[in-house]
Amino acid sequence: MTVAVIQFGGSNCDRDTVRALQEVGVDARLVWHEDGLPPGTEGIVLPGGFSYGDYLRAGAMAARSPVIDEVRSLAEEGVPVLGICNGAQIGCEASLTPGAFTRNRSARFQCERVHIRVENAGTPWTRAFETGDVIEIPIAHGEGRFEIADDRLAGLEYENRVLFRYCTPDGEVTEAANPNGSKHNVAGIVGEEDHVAMMMPHPERVSLTDIGSTAGQGILRGFAGT
Amino acid sequence: MTAYTATVTVRLKEGVLDPEAETTRRALERLGFELGGLRSADQFEIDLDADDEGSARERVTEMTERLLANPTLHDYEVHIDQR
Repeated sequence: MTVAVIQFGGSNCDRDTVRALQEVGVDARLVWHEDGLPPGTEGIVLPGGFSYGDYLRAGAMAARSPVIDEVRSLAEEGVPVLGICNGAQIGCEASLTPGAFTRNRSARFQCERVHIRVENAGTPWTRAFETGDVIEIPIAHGEGRFEIADDRLAGLEYENRVLFRYCTPDGEVTEAANPNGSKHNVAGIVGEEDHVAMMMPHPERVSLTDIGSTAGQGILRGFAGT
Repeated sequence: MTAYTATVTVRLKEGVLDPEAETTRRALERLGFELGGLRSADQFEIDLDADDEGSARERVTEMTERLLANPTLHDYEVHIDQR
């Protein structure tokens, strides 16, 4: 499994993600977006950062770059794709997943540790967990509020496509535990098929044994196969 | 061909929270102004040449739907003027 971590101008979590993937035994390499995806790409990460300076809307420019067409066709062939933070904004802008991540309710950039509850443990990204498990994980975003029409959200929930929700340390999904005003506390979702996932929290920041928590490793192991 | 300027206004759909507008409203109130509400919108001015107003509108509408607006978040209006 070789995972391409796509670098755009303004990506800044790309190297961290490569290192975190290597830590869980996944071969990963940086790929500059203009170079296109290398042959044999078996997984794709859209990493965090501020691609194109967040011009227009976070992720809007990168979502229209040629490499995203390659990402879309590989995703259709079943190649796993994980968008993290700015990568999730890009993924929603590119319609790889529904909805949008937009301005936090606070209108501020927020960098803090939060708790998320695993809502569906049947996906590649969550099979290391049980449904209902709570993960402590950092967020670092100004535009992370999940927004979508109510009827479409109901459809996503009916199809069990919400991956994570912000919650208390005990796993209760409350308004007080919602850091950014996301609808129904949604922190991550999957596409029409669950090998495509977009999430605002940063699993790669809690995946290195040397610096503490490894709570995010289970998510990154989604690339490791069953 | 005729020269046109298209003005595209992109605003949040009704019911979508706008924290920046809310912060701006509060700042105006702190400055002592009275106001009932405040909404913000983005406006783009696009210069283009087209055969007629209809084809200018068609091209600008496609630009808006493919990039300038996000259908999950926004409604938009296109206004065409001869330049």
